[in-house]
Amino acid sequence: MNTALKRTPLYESHVKAGARMVPFGGWEMPVQYAGIVEEHRAVRAAVGCFDVSHMGEFEVEGPQALASLQRLTTNDVAALEVGQVQYSLLCYPDGGIVDDLTLYRLAPERFMLTVNASNIDKDWSWVREHGAAARWRNVSDDTGLIAAQGPKAEALVGRLADRDVTGIAYYHFAEGRVAGIRTLISRTGYTGEDGFELYVAAVDTPRLWSALLEAGRGDGVVPIGLGARDTLRLEMRYALYGNDIDATTNPLEAGLGWIVKPAKGDFVGRDAIEKVRVPGPRRKLIGLEMADRSVARHGYAVTTPVASPTVGREGAPTANTIGIVTSGSYGPSVERSIAMAYVASAQAAVGTELGVEIRGQVRPARVVKTPFHPSRVKK
Amino acid sequence: MANVPADLKYTREHEWAKREGDRVRVGITAFAQDQLGDVVFVELPKVGAKVTAHQAFGVVESVKAVSDLFAPVSGEVLEINAELPQKPETVNKDPYGKGWMILVKPSNAGELDQLLTAQQYEEFVAQGGGH
Repeated sequence: MNTALKRTPLYESHVKAGARMVPFGGWEMPVQYAGIVEEHRAVRAAVGCFDVSHMGEFEVEGPQALASLQRLTTNDVAALEVGQVQYSLLCYPDGGIVDDLTLYRLAPERFMLTVNASNIDKDWSWVREHGAAARWRNVSDDTGLIAAQGPKAEALVGRLADRDVTGIAYYHFAEGRVAGIRTLISRTGYTGEDGFELYVAAVDTPRLWSALLEAGRGDGVVPIGLGARDTLRLEMRYALYGNDIDATTNPLEAGLGWIVKPAKGDFVGRDAIEKVRVPGPRRKLIGLEMADRSVARHGYAVTTPVASPTVGREGAPTANTIGIVTSGSYGPSVERSIAMAYVASAQAAVGTELGVEIRGQVRPARVVKTPFHPSRVKK
Repeated sequence: MANVPADLKYTREHEWAKREGDRVRVGITAFAQDQLGDVVFVELPKVGAKVTAHQAFGVVESVKAVSDLFAPVSGEVLEINAELPQKPETVNKDPYGKGWMILVKPSNAGELDQLLTAQQYEEFVAQGGGH
């Protein structure tokens, strides 16, 4: 495909700051500024700012909005109060995942959905087709989004806000002005640290970005690229659409059963998902820790341990493939090579010794408890 | 422009080679480590292994990517940098010093002369460096 890459309102700022720009889901985005490990540690220790303006936002309103969302998404929208945020899924009739999203109840009959950047067009068609009764607006191009994450994020955003932010609970939001800019201040994130996601008009995004980096200088604030965003979310075992979940994965095998609420009534994918619930999924998304520092990357085979007694054709010990790695990296906070993988449910128990085939050689790995690094979100 | 010491020879795959008497020390260039980003794993051959010029002798992994390491010259591996498996970040911090990878006893001394000079390597990188 020869489509020009899209740019966020912060493109110029990233280039000026010396970021390394890469294509990501149709966007030209900063993968790193100072370096992935350094940025990762800055978020865990202090605060970092992420340009996530590439994410998509849809608004839906009207008397049919709630019913449409109940039909489209897996979580129970009726349980969502104004000022609250909900993690949810769009599923296909066969239970495969269209996208994962956060849902905001802006008013009794007005909602906002934040969807993955690479899925905006697909999701937009999907919600229009399956939620046709409600009034939809794709506001992705008009909306900028900056995440401020880390133990010092609350102090930083609080310093710039015209309202108290300490009282905004996890997965809740409030409207206010930050650096004089109208902002939807959401206590959410994708790092496992406390922090906020700040929604502003696209045109105001550079001003908010500069204000955060300026006001946070004493806190050690740094801009964070997509590389560290990925390692931070991996340490939390947060799923990334396209890596760990997609049209071929079921929410239950992905460990997302907690956001599937069959009792709320019918929704797209319900029957297929419920068919899996009773026997249980035949595979599960688990956390793996490598014995050495080799990196288990997306698509690598997960096997029985290398010491398996099975003997291969050439007389060498061989291992059987029992799963596949979906995400993997060095985890800068856990200081180990970690991965997420789908494995047969029988081999999914914590402590199970497995292997990962890396460049033709099976290297030892073990199923471990997740998150890999303790979450410090404000519950 | 990244640091390119004048007394070393270079490959188009961004390894450096340094003559030390009748031996050749090998590592990756400052440009290579910068392009890779944080190095998190280095896989080296065993002492005594044979390496062949322009063929892979090991692997370096950064957070984002896996890259083969290519031998600048053919020969036998006399030493490996045993510190790298535990401290792969040394490759980023000191690519021409403590971040060296293997010490080779070359089987064909002429191969070293066929490598790029510092100036040729700088030009190669400036023209895109194969990236």
